[in-house]
Amino acid sequence: MSRAAAVIGVGQTHHRSRRTDVSMPGLVREAALRALEDAGLGFADIDAVVLGKAPDLFEGVAMPDLFLADALGARGKPLLRVHTAGSVGGSTAIVAANHVRSGAFRRVLAVAWEKQSESNATWALTVGQPFSASLVVGAGGYFAPFIRAYIERAKAPEHVGWAVAAKDRRNALLNPYAHLRMPGITPEAVAASPMLWEPLRYLETCPSSDGACAMVLAAEQEARAAPGPPAWIRGAAVRSEPIAFAGRDAVDPRAGRDCAADVYAQAGVDDPRRGIDAAEVYVPFSWYEPMWLENLGFAGPGQGWRLTDEGATALDGDTPWNPSGGVLSTNPVGASGMIRFAEAAQQVRGRAGDHQVEGARTALGHAYGAGSQFFAMWIVGSERR
Amino acid sequence: MPTEPPDPDPLVGTHTVAFPGGYTRSTGPVIGRFLTELRDGRLVGVRAASGRVLFPPTEYDPHDGSPVTGEFCEVGPAGTVQAWCWVADPRPAHPFDRPFAWATVLLDGADTALLHALDTGADAGGEPPRSLRAGLRVRPRLLPAAERTGAITDIACLRPEVTEVRDTGRLDYTIRADAALARYLEAQTEGRILGSRARSGAVYVPPRDVDPADGTPVTGDVELPPTGTLTTFSVNHVPDPRAPQVPFVTGYVRLDGADVDLLALVSGVDPERVRPGMRLRAEWLPPEERSRTRPSIRWFVPEEQERGSGDGH
Repeated sequence: MSRAAAVIGVGQTHHRSRRTDVSMPGLVREAALRALEDAGLGFADIDAVVLGKAPDLFEGVAMPDLFLADALGARGKPLLRVHTAGSVGGSTAIVAANHVRSGAFRRVLAVAWEKQSESNATWALTVGQPFSASLVVGAGGYFAPFIRAYIERAKAPEHVGWAVAAKDRRNALLNPYAHLRMPGITPEAVAASPMLWEPLRYLETCPSSDGACAMVLAAEQEARAAPGPPAWIRGAAVRSEPIAFAGRDAVDPRAGRDCAADVYAQAGVDDPRRGIDAAEVYVPFSWYEPMWLENLGFAGPGQGWRLTDEGATALDGDTPWNPSGGVLSTNPVGASGMIRFAEAAQQVRGRAGDHQVEGARTALGHAYGAGSQFFAMWIVGSERR
Repeated sequence: MPTEPPDPDPLVGTHTVAFPGGYTRSTGPVIGRFLTELRDGRLVGVRAASGRVLFPPTEYDPHDGSPVTGEFCEVGPAGTVQAWCWVADPRPAHPFDRPFAWATVLLDGADTALLHALDTGADAGGEPPRSLRAGLRVRPRLLPAAERTGAITDIACLRPEVTEVRDTGRLDYTIRADAALARYLEAQTEGRILGSRARSGAVYVPPRDVDPADGTPVTGDVELPPTGTLTTFSVNHVPDPRAPQVPFVTGYVRLDGADVDLLALVSGVDPERVRPGMRLRAEWLPPEERSRTRPSIRWFVPEEQERGSGDGH
């Protein structure tokens, strides 16, 4: 059995459409220094650094780990880059956690980032290749048919998507780091926004953000000596699957189900809706909340939208999802997964500020990437257990 | 009252008054010091009795008329734009023959603003750039030392500070299609759709040489009919160079006999009427437009329409 590991420091940048005030090294540094300060440590105390970001075409930097080694104080230390598309922030956190759980390192710095303003995400995700006629425009163009398939399958009413979009943006108003600030946002305003990829409307899609997130993970002894409360890692899992194979269900991917089952078993969670106090789940398009509610076992098949509709996932609901405002409010792609993991940690540390779920002791961080192919999840708790 | 018709040929001539060699301007000690320092490449303001730093210096404080002190202090070189006016169509006497801005700029350390030309770059157009706003950080571009004479035009212009660089790096690849894809495209030029059968019995289209589910080699190619059923779809309202007309429908088509979906355009039907489960048929490019370098299926159209239209292609 592996050793204990905990999050003892969390930092993120203020996320914006364009952080033109800082370079890429300046951006990651901002998050890293906040995490170190939270942990009461300096770069000299760190044994290894793990870095994650989404596709290189976003910034046109082919080896960001080499490029950012100095900004992350990595000289003379193991530095590893992780790449699992949109789930990378989560996978990066898990690689860092496993660095500690394996016993190889005592304190590890995990950093994930994206500076989307350096190019354009829709371009970067839509670059054509010879010998094919790519018909997909951006991530929304890819996911829209599967969202439609979910709506048909679950017989879900269309206002559920609008409700998710409005709920997450309302939560973001409580988060000083969130990118989008839309006071007074309502489902009606979402419904009135332009149609992009049916059934997805403009306000049902995530923004493009510049931002970074960082965490310091530590072994048990170091965690107990940390100045703030640790978030103990109770389970961590990743799964992947090809984008297309016979029998694949792209609406409810098996990799997601298997990843959830694994992480629940590690953490001793039988019923996620009851056993998890707060969830930060990767929802870049409104409908992925009900879809992942089912994929993650919070609701039975075809029932996820009912939880959203009843308000169960609201900040004051019985199973709050994305109290931070989620990916729908803040989306520096490579960092978006790590922000989920970090926000989950903040919930069980009691450090989530105005979007704190009262008394949260167990929280889920979730990320997915590419064509719903990569999944990364962890469960953190206020107790080591 | 009678009016006289306008003179059809008025007597008009140009007239210039210019003192030969130009007027002599005594600078006085304050302005002279400012221009002398400027010629040496330094920007100095003068301190007023109130303590404020006037730049460019004046001999008397415009605020209360008191004489300025003898204290000169270096300011800038960076400063902040306070206000600006875009000159889209420069006149002959202007310092640039391309669009630029007149701007008032408060140099760091100064309490009064400099009015000067602000050059936003060679690509300036009729509209001011979005970056041009109050608060923009700028720096003066001085003439080369040998060309400076001790005149305000020793400052050629102000320019925005460098905040970004353009990286035009590119990667050029040579892409070789894999064998299965080459067979698929070749067959399409003949109006045939190839798939492949995995050991599990599953039929993949486009064909694969290994089954993505378990990595085993497939048993061989199979030919599939150009008909199938729409699994799911999206109506795209976001224009794309490859599909400039919106809305357009992209759909997943399960060809009859296949076990995976083919991503394709759906046409010949009002996007409002597209439904999952719809029967579709491939519409091919005319033979002369087909190429083994890209798919030869133009799009899928409803089967019913084919039966109803009777145009027989």
